Amino acid sequence: MASTQITPTRMELTKTKKKLATARRGHKLLKDKRDELMRQFLDMARENMELREKVEAGILSANKNFVIAKAGMDEATLNTALMAPKQEVSLNVDKRNVMSVNIPAFETKTRTADANDIYSYGFAFTSSDLDGAVKSLADILPDMLKLAEREKACQLMAAEIEKTRRRVNALEHVIIPEAQETIKYITMKLDENERSSQIRLMKVKDMMLEEAHHYSERA
Amino acid sequence: MYKIAVIGDYDSIYGFAALGLDTFPVTTHEEAGERLHVLAAKGYGIIYITEALAAELKHEIARYQGQLLPAIIQIPGISGNTGDGVRGVKKSVEQAVGSDILFSN
Repeated sequence: MASTQITPTRMELTKTKKKLATARRGHKLLKDKRDELMRQFLDMARENMELREKVEAGILSANKNFVIAKAGMDEATLNTALMAPKQEVSLNVDKRNVMSVNIPAFETKTRTADANDIYSYGFAFTSSDLDGAVKSLADILPDMLKLAEREKACQLMAAEIEKTRRRVNALEHVIIPEAQETIKYITMKLDENERSSQIRLMKVKDMMLEEAHHYSERA
Repeated sequence: MYKIAVIGDYDSIYGFAALGLDTFPVTTHEEAGERLHVLAAKGYGIIYITEALAAELKHEIARYQGQLLPAIIQIPGISGNTGDGVRGVKKSVEQAVGSDILFSN
């Protein structure tokens, strides 16, 4: 116990009381932060899962379409068709602050506004299955971006919640009880000192009175 | 301005090139690990990686988990869905809450 190394003085008592007050305040604030983070996190995680299931299903079916497309034409033609993409996606990243956690907000810009620029090939030598496959992949791209945003946010928030929870627990179960213990120890020690000096004074008074009046000889 | 990358085996990712994402076909996971670090340093905001590759690169991916960017997101490859992506979501719930209360059933 840390309280055994503490010098029981009035100054130490005031210091510890201040520390306890700060710890209590910090504990309350961190608890609020944890609760709010948790609330937002759970919403975010639910959304994350929904998006993930949607994206995974989408990619799976797009992959199937690509396999079919590949079966309908020879590999060289397919490779050439997709070799020089017309479209280009660039990403703008903003930061959003949720309870002091920075989470990303993605915004994409395509190089050209034309939605048909995803078809980077002439239609003469490729099968129509390829068009469908590319289209199905393009359709899930917005969801993929949203998924990236949500999933990253979830990871960052989970880490922050874990950290906050540890702090709350440390304050609640270690720092605050320890401070209370110390305060109790110091008050008791001070009271004890006071009583002991009181007794000492009474004794001295007795002795001085005895010296002056010689009660014991008179009796 | 950031860019978006897709890493995986060629068959899983060649379609993304048409959409305007940068695809980086790799064959071995050593190659993928190196590629991942290079891309992360070169200003890619989102890196999609196939689940099969991500399973071999857990350590490398964990390095970027605490950072704002890049967001490394697992996607199913051509060989099918391993469930690792869903497991990742469950893992963050577990990390935050202590146990998986949302998707345990």
